[in-house]
Amino acid sequence: MRQVEYKQVTSARGSLLFLKGGNNAALGERVAIRDKDGQIRNGQVIRTSEDMVLVQVFESTANLDLENTWIRYLDQPFELPLSPDMLGRNFNGIGKPRDNRPPIVSSLVRNVNGAPINPSARAYPKEFIQTGVSSIDGLNSLVRGQKLPVFSASGLPHNRLAAQIVRQAKLPDDSSNFVIVFAAMGVSHSDAHFFETEFESSGVLRNVVMFTNLANDPPMERLILPRTALTAAEYLAYDLDHHVLVVITDMTNYAEALREIATEKGDVPSRKGYPGYLYSDLAEIYERAGRVKDRHGSITMIPILSMPSDDITHPIPDLTGYITEGQIVLSRELHSKSVYPPVNVPPSLSRLMKDGVGKEFTREDHPHVASQLYASYTRALEARNLASIIGAEELSGRDRRFLEFADAFENRFIMQGEDTERNIIETLDLAWELLSLLPPESLSRVSEAEIQKYHSWDETR
Amino acid sequence: MGSIVEVNGPLVTIRQDNIRNGEQVRLGKLGLVGEVISLHQDTALVQVYESTESLRPGENVIGLGKQLSVELGPGMLGQIFDGVQRPLNRILEMSGEQIARGLEVPSLDREKTWHFVPADKLAVGQQVCGGEILGTVQETETIQHRILVPPNTCGDIVEHACEGDYKIEDIIASVRNKNDQIEHLKMYHDWPVRTPRPYHSRTHSAMPLLTGQRILDTFFPLLKGGKAAVPGPFGAGKTMVQQQIARWANADIVLYVGCGERGNELVDILETFPELTDPHSGRSLMERTFLVANTSNMPVVAREASIYVGVTMAEYYRDQGYDVVMVADSTSRWAEALREVAGRLGQMPVEEGYPAYLASRLAAFYERAGNVNTMAKQSSGSVTLIGAVSPPGGDFSEPVTSHTKEIIRTFWALSKPLADARHYPAVSWTESFSDYQDRAQSWWAENVDHKWAKHRQYALSLLTQADELERIVNLVGPEALSSSQRWVLETASILKEGLLQQSALDEIDSYCSPAKQFKMMDIMLRFHETGKELIKLGAPVEQLAQLPENGKIRRIKSVFTNDQLSDMENFAEELFEHLDCMRAEYAGAKEVQA
Repeated sequence: MRQVEYKQVTSARGSLLFLKGGNNAALGERVAIRDKDGQIRNGQVIRTSEDMVLVQVFESTANLDLENTWIRYLDQPFELPLSPDMLGRNFNGIGKPRDNRPPIVSSLVRNVNGAPINPSARAYPKEFIQTGVSSIDGLNSLVRGQKLPVFSASGLPHNRLAAQIVRQAKLPDDSSNFVIVFAAMGVSHSDAHFFETEFESSGVLRNVVMFTNLANDPPMERLILPRTALTAAEYLAYDLDHHVLVVITDMTNYAEALREIATEKGDVPSRKGYPGYLYSDLAEIYERAGRVKDRHGSITMIPILSMPSDDITHPIPDLTGYITEGQIVLSRELHSKSVYPPVNVPPSLSRLMKDGVGKEFTREDHPHVASQLYASYTRALEARNLASIIGAEELSGRDRRFLEFADAFENRFIMQGEDTERNIIETLDLAWELLSLLPPESLSRVSEAEIQKYHSWDETR
Repeated sequence: MGSIVEVNGPLVTIRQDNIRNGEQVRLGKLGLVGEVISLHQDTALVQVYESTESLRPGENVIGLGKQLSVELGPGMLGQIFDGVQRPLNRILEMSGEQIARGLEVPSLDREKTWHFVPADKLAVGQQVCGGEILGTVQETETIQHRILVPPNTCGDIVEHACEGDYKIEDIIASVRNKNDQIEHLKMYHDWPVRTPRPYHSRTHSAMPLLTGQRILDTFFPLLKGGKAAVPGPFGAGKTMVQQQIARWANADIVLYVGCGERGNELVDILETFPELTDPHSGRSLMERTFLVANTSNMPVVAREASIYVGVTMAEYYRDQGYDVVMVADSTSRWAEALREVAGRLGQMPVEEGYPAYLASRLAAFYERAGNVNTMAKQSSGSVTLIGAVSPPGGDFSEPVTSHTKEIIRTFWALSKPLADARHYPAVSWTESFSDYQDRAQSWWAENVDHKWAKHRQYALSLLTQADELERIVNLVGPEALSSSQRWVLETASILKEGLLQQSALDEIDSYCSPAKQFKMMDIMLRFHETGKELIKLGAPVEQLAQLPENGKIRRIKSVFTNDQLSDMENFAEELFEHLDCMRAEYAGAKEVQA
């Protein structure tokens, strides 16, 4: 660490400080900024040359002047001290305690930016996680090491769904619990409070590390928060052998903060004013999920994002969908019909499901049943569409059965209480019960043997 | 030695004398590798393939005196390389699960020995020139690697190695060139990635690239040496389509370039391919496959390079006389890497922030596909390029998709509504096209059935008719349609479920031979024709739609394997016998009425 403090600020704007005289600062180097009252702020070098340095200030530049601001270069990148004592604690984006308890002291520190995982070091995620939610387990199964975001929108119960998953997630034959890393960016005080009480009441609080940045905290801090949280998650997973479930909310706030800072820096905007590197930037976060060969622990990630004006083609959900391994999309329509969780089945997807379900992990008919439910529900939605034009009475007998199936599927399969936990066998049995509303010749995705075994078709009904 | 002037993300300004545009440099204490992209008076701008964090102004710069090149020689198959051709397995051994920076790793294994067999005509005094075969080594069980004279070398052999085991650094031949200098040739040589490798002449083959996927082979065929694009929004199944092609294509060599995509997808290939059997050679798929991986979290500049690194390696196997398929997933991420660098350079953005040279770069890249007679005229080879495109929001009018569409000849458009209904592969039959269909036709006529072109046309017209009719149904209800129109809808649904949908996960259905593809289509169209006659004779559509045959026909794809076509034939005979009985009944009834 250099002992010298420099007084060289030439301009301060938003969260950026321009310093003249380069002092050969390193890119990404951490700096301490002392203002006229002796308060210390944290910053990071984001551009450096022989005669100029650009510093990003996490706490914003409000109340700084050009005369009485001193800069000290700390000669180190942004690092997070790591220790098992982090469990049960609450930190801000740069790893400072928010819970009025002492800071973490440890000789083990890591750069929060991490380094890309070597693809040939990865192990392919395969182990089925039972969330106890039928619309996820049955249709879009989550596996250990997957990144599966929830695409939500304002007013939809994504927080309740996330809390339910945190409460219920387990491997079917394994009682060991997940350790939770919870990263909240730009959330409201009430949302943060909801999760805190949730964790407390379900008794998992001791296994949770929280990183919180509230809506009125500086946006700049949101850019580093998920990186800090994931550094902690990697430590818990790969050093301490835990299975870690990372819940990140809300990625939309993150991306908006990124846009805010990018605009300040004068980056060329691409779509909707977001910088061209939004994709790479999001990937740096999402790709830190996964499993690594020869390590016991794993990182499973559930990022939550709200789609601005319910638009799934907006750059944030769009680019997220290109990086993550599927998505759970919530539907306003189902929500208004009081279906909880309002999972919009057709656009939801889990890419890793194909290798994590079936004979070895759940039940042999699972992949076919899921595919059949999709096909039948899509067909049923077409019938419902038709019924809204020509009236349900005009439908053929076959179409009326599909109509009936659509209602039953929504009200019995998708809908389940917040406290209802269905294991995977219950979910699959329920699926067959509903498929039995349809004649066997309309089921082309399941095999004849499976129809024999599970389908109870009653012609006369 | 030069020094760093400024660090701005992946772009570094350096002060260095005698540096050339395109030259590679090593930067700072870590020795990060980059490439000069522009020169200005005494400074040069460098794009760096690795993260520039902790780099400082004032640190040293060393020019490496060569352009970004790849090493071409035995030992590439079965490997996974990063975007600048560093072997990821070696990196794993050196730096653990996270990729450290500034590592210096040779691309090809220096220690491995190969059994070299000299070519028959290799003799002292013999003149050899670029592209000629010096000898061979068996790279994998199936692939014989032909050691080539580097393209720019020509001269008389003064010395050469005999048959035996050699490492790739060993000299296997020395030639005296026309300047009277001795050049030593090893089993590998370097080639700059941004320069296409030379060949003798282009040829035009009519050999289709068969992928075993019905919607691709039968409806929108691609030829060896052709260029194709697979655009689709996220979740439409681009990666699955690309992986299926990589698995089953009837090529000699398959190169999969993961450009800015998910790490787990590459692991999936690495874990599953060794266990799968190539239907054409009967050997493990990994013996003919290799990968280039720049996942989305790896540095963006190396992503830009990875496409060129890949295509250069593909061309090298082409020059040995092989048919190579390169699958690039996804070219949009490559274009975004271009955009990111252009943005930092302050270049004028034209469309959606992309630089003006996007279209010309894309065209130049796809132009590296083709069928060629190799330099030494002894054989021909091909490079087929298949690029995935990831249009933002699934909007095909965005710059990368629209430019690509003008360049490629086969367009496999993926549709979100189809994927949402789990209709896989979600290739849309209305938006896709193939310019190669006329040339593919002659192959199918010769090798499978001369009715192929007619059947294909008929099936496509039924599908488009059905789309039209469905629009009517959605406006006024099914009652407005005539019986024969409703039968068209029914057949289209059989075609969609029974023929177009194909499960990559189903052991029997994953690969469908051309003969089976045709047979299935033939049965379905015959079913349609017979149904049409029955309806004319007064059979109600509902009765036909509820026939148990209806369900069976949809399942033939996963009931009969590629070797059980005669069983399929028998099944069809039984089916049509039953329908003939029905026809006789209705015809009889009609006569009675009359």
